[in-house]
Amino acid sequence: MDKQHYVLQAKGVDISVNSAQGRLPLVHDLHLDLKPGKVLGLVGESGSGKTITCMALLQLLNPKTIQIGGSIQLNGRELNGLKPKEMRNVLGKEIGYIMQNPMNAFTPVYTIGSQFVETIRAHTPLTKKQAIELAVSSMAAMDLQEPEKLMRMYPFQLSGGMLQRVMIAISMCLRPSVLIADEPTTALDVTSQMQVLSELDRLRKECGTSILLISHDLGVISALADDVAVMQKGRIVEKAEAFQLFDQPQHPYTKKLLQARPMLPMEYEREKLVI
Amino acid sequence: MNLLEVVGVTHTYGSFRSFRRKEKAATALSDISLSIGEGMCLGLLGTSGAGKSTLGKVILGVEKPTKGTVLFQGQDLYTMGAAARKHFRRDLQVVFQDSFSSVNPRMTAEKIISEPLENYERLSPSELKRNVAQLLEVVGLHADDMTKYPMQFSGGQLQRINIARAIALKPKMIVLDEPVSSLDMVTQTHILTLLNELKAEYGLSYLFITHDIRAAYSVSDALAVMDKGRVVEMVQDKDEIFSSQQPVVKKLVSSILPEHPRNRTLLNGDVFV
Repeated sequence: MDKQHYVLQAKGVDISVNSAQGRLPLVHDLHLDLKPGKVLGLVGESGSGKTITCMALLQLLNPKTIQIGGSIQLNGRELNGLKPKEMRNVLGKEIGYIMQNPMNAFTPVYTIGSQFVETIRAHTPLTKKQAIELAVSSMAAMDLQEPEKLMRMYPFQLSGGMLQRVMIAISMCLRPSVLIADEPTTALDVTSQMQVLSELDRLRKECGTSILLISHDLGVISALADDVAVMQKGRIVEKAEAFQLFDQPQHPYTKKLLQARPMLPMEYEREKLVI
Repeated sequence: MNLLEVVGVTHTYGSFRSFRRKEKAATALSDISLSIGEGMCLGLLGTSGAGKSTLGKVILGVEKPTKGTVLFQGQDLYTMGAAARKHFRRDLQVVFQDSFSSVNPRMTAEKIISEPLENYERLSPSELKRNVAQLLEVVGLHADDMTKYPMQFSGGQLQRINIARAIALKPKMIVLDEPVSSLDMVTQTHILTLLNELKAEYGLSYLFITHDIRAAYSVSDALAVMDKGRVVEMVQDKDEIFSSQQPVVKKLVSSILPEHPRNRTLLNGDVFV
């Protein structure tokens, strides 16, 4: 596959931070390629640099203290080193971002509706009325009940799972080509986790969005990802297609991650069948 | 006699009745009965808002239920005298989900773990130090970690310190309120293994509150499932949970994530052909 086929491509990205002890490297020589309509899973334990990587891709880090080297390209356009003002046009419109904790991602003092409309109107010339219509329809598409009523509600009136779906609705209403989901289900319970994952799956199928799915949970990764990259201590130690990674892990760290999961009885059965 | 007996507990929140205002109360628990034997672990499952944590609080003796009784070793928690209560506090310990907010940030690990020992046992300073060092080793940390402050530990390490504090007095039972939910997979497994080892070694009973069947299954002997303040399913053998006909349980079981992409349930398109 040649270069044009990647929606988001990171080449040789190094991230380092200035601290009292001098420059500390955080991420070394990172290569990531996101193909259109595919889900790339990024997995690793806490502190391995997953979140810092996606913040770097979004250029959200403070350039005074953190240096990013290498190249980050979105549809062939270089993002690294873009001015904050230019970056603002890209974020939300071309890259969607879902954070780990939906409770912190919203301002508690404004209604869901006003935050939704603000995002839409910042990027499009739509009128307020049109923006509201778009917001309601995209919330309805996310299987949220009574979207008109939700528009007038405050974030704390909704449950975590619902807020996360509103978040996905906001990030998806402008049809970005890439969605970065940083631990989208970690703060949710199992049933809402399943719901959020199936919404993400639907987006990928219906809109052809590429998703960078970051998680520490191999269960989430195996539910959705096409390709998986395993990260440890700021390096990508293994990159493979999902089936291959689960069947034939190469790196010892990947094996450790795979073995780290508590098994259920029916899975032992399946495991036996495979062998 | 069972170690812990919960009989017909009903609990409502916000039942303040004031002049001319009608009583408005949210029922968190309704008519819950369960029992935990010695050395047994009961996994309490349920989605968020099912009332799991409220039940945990009621069992810990910090939230007096509106109706019903909680018996610990045959004694009612909420009517026992001060001396019995002090004794009970020793035998029932707790570990919460958020490890950072359950320790004092201005105390060292040594002070955190030695606090219960100081309250209940008369030890000389050197004995105390030796005890704390031993406890740290038991939970898989080093004795030199004693001088560190909570912010110098990671979430998993701090959860270990919380566990060390809980087992310091050799309790009979520990209430584990989502002890692994905010930790990553590798750390989760370490903590679950540690809990299993401690259970075997000290003959501890657990009430393991979680929404993750995988985690509950690896530690528990019996499982109970809660929904909207009621226990909807209770199995003494944890394997029976998978064959349960209860819709709530079925939904929980169906949202277990696959352990291999081959078994993914989400897939209805043809991405993998």
